[in-house]
Amino acid sequence: MLKDLSWILVSAALVNNFTLTLFLGLCSFLGVTGKVSTALRMGAADTFVLVLTSVAAWFLNRFVLGYAPYLRIIAFIVVIAALVQIVEMFVKKVSPTLFRELGIYLPLITTNCAILGLALFQTNRGYNFIQGVAFALGAGLGLTLALTLMGSIRERVELSDSPIFARSMGIVLIIAGCISLAFMGFGGLFSS
Amino acid sequence: MTATRAIEDFVDPIWRNNPTFVQMLGMCPTMAVTNTVINGFSMGVTTTFVLVGSAFFVSLFRKSVPNEVRITTSILVIAAFTSLADMFVAALAPTIYKALGAFIALIVANCVLLGRMEAFAQKRPVGRSVLDSLGTGIGFTLGLSCVSAVREILGNGTFAGIHLFGPHFQPMLIFMLPPGGFLALGFWLLFLSYLKARKKGHRRVRLWPVVVTRRKVAA
Amino acid sequence: MSVSGGHAPKSASLSTEMAADAPPPPDVRPSRLILILCSFGAACGLALALAFEWTQPRIDAHQAMLTEAAVREVLRGPDHFTPLYVSGGTLTATAPAGADPAKLDRVFVGYDQSGKAIGFAIPASGPGFQDNLKLIFGYDPATEQLIGMKLVDQRETPGIGDRIEKDLAFVQEFAGPRTPIEGVKAGRGQGNAHAVDMITGATISSRAVIAIINKRVQALAPALQNYTQQQGGAR
Repeated sequence: MLKDLSWILVSAALVNNFTLTLFLGLCSFLGVTGKVSTALRMGAADTFVLVLTSVAAWFLNRFVLGYAPYLRIIAFIVVIAALVQIVEMFVKKVSPTLFRELGIYLPLITTNCAILGLALFQTNRGYNFIQGVAFALGAGLGLTLALTLMGSIRERVELSDSPIFARSMGIVLIIAGCISLAFMGFGGLFSS
Repeated sequence: MTATRAIEDFVDPIWRNNPTFVQMLGMCPTMAVTNTVINGFSMGVTTTFVLVGSAFFVSLFRKSVPNEVRITTSILVIAAFTSLADMFVAALAPTIYKALGAFIALIVANCVLLGRMEAFAQKRPVGRSVLDSLGTGIGFTLGLSCVSAVREILGNGTFAGIHLFGPHFQPMLIFMLPPGGFLALGFWLLFLSYLKARKKGHRRVRLWPVVVTRRKVAA
Repeated sequence: MSVSGGHAPKSASLSTEMAADAPPPPDVRPSRLILILCSFGAACGLALALAFEWTQPRIDAHQAMLTEAAVREVLRGPDHFTPLYVSGGTLTATAPAGADPAKLDRVFVGYDQSGKAIGFAIPASGPGFQDNLKLIFGYDPATEQLIGMKLVDQRETPGIGDRIEKDLAFVQEFAGPRTPIEGVKAGRGQGNAHAVDMITGATISSRAVIAIINKRVQALAPALQNYTQQQGGAR
């Protein structure tokens, strides 16, 4: 049981990293990784919403979508949008400082495909409640790791003297490719 | 987007404002499903279907939907069309469905779609909205096809399943693997910005950092 | 507004343009908002329900065809086969009441032309190199031998790990060995009835397949034995 859970968690965080191997949540990966601090905050916000979504998706799957599987996509996206809205209001009320710091990133999460992807993968693989939460935690950790790595490298790239035509997203993608290549080394971590 | 003639609505997003290469939107499918040309192309076509369908309806009802629920209804319409596309592809082309996997469902979270709805279909007549989204769809398909062509030719030695090189061709496997997605698009972007820099009048585009150039001169 | 305005910093021009010519929010009664949302939701739901009615039989038919092809392949062409449901350590021909047949653990028993059971086709899954592997294998409980194996779903490294599906020599290895099977280096398994030659360079993926089969056989063996004995006694 525990081994099963740790396999789900580590697999989602490292072996099948959401951003670097499954290409989910690339918009924020390329968009907000200019600085480490923002990347870290975005990762934390993502993780939080991921766990909430996993719980919500489990409820939907268990009690509603068994009767109408064709409403799955609509139900998930509406629930995610609502969740993000609620989280936004909650954070605003409880900690205005944190809300200011997160700024635009909170509403941005709605269109982050990592969140919807998590709900869909969880459904496809038939995870139960605890497995789903472990999966969401792993995915969140993986996202945060990827965002932070990217952010710290990009801070250095900004300062370096690169050729004029490479001062664009192109070089960022090449870097992302290299990080992704490094993450491939995690494959086989859990095989005998 | 400041286009005045209808034809520009259609042509502009195909090349000058290409969603993949210029706007850099909808990156997830651009890299996730582009390991073969057929996958990339079918993803583009499916996205185009969702885009045109939802643009039609969003534009049709633009006057009766109040501002407060605009985004919600847009998402609702996009999600409905995505579900439709998901079911149709599963029923009509099961092999493609297996290859694209969950990424058809993820069209709903594709920033290109909500972007077009908000920026265009919300406030333009039906005809122009459909033209615009058709252009965006074609531009997106073009982007996906370009990326997947590089990946398939280098990574597998084939183009749309047809073997290009002899039996002794050793494919660059990395382009079929996840890093290949980043690298292929990265090289495309570098190449395009190289062309742009040339066009802007930088006669000789400096290819290396200054330090390297200096060392070369000294040596 | 904020949701779409912030997709990506790249679309900055897009969001400023939106802010510039978006109409000022008109005063609308909440009841109207709810009415509009509900009618959109209802229309979408209706369209999807209709599409579902039309597509689902096709999707199911395709799925059934795939399952049938896989079962036929791993049992080396049985005359016919029937599904059995695994519940509580026994095999039953009918699904237990109250359970959804599609979600239960199933195995398939294949018969030859004379109606004699020739073996079971057993789906199994477990962790591979990258992600979970799904496979189906043929197993004869009487001789404890494997009949065949087929990968149903795998995401192993293209060109390396995916040879467990595409390398026919490897797939052929699963015709005949006695369980529990053990992976050996290619050509070292002479005279060992349990040996399966692994793929050089894809050892981890090969081992994963072997481990998945062994685990599943071990878990199901008593149930399979019981079932065959019962059937044999009845005949």
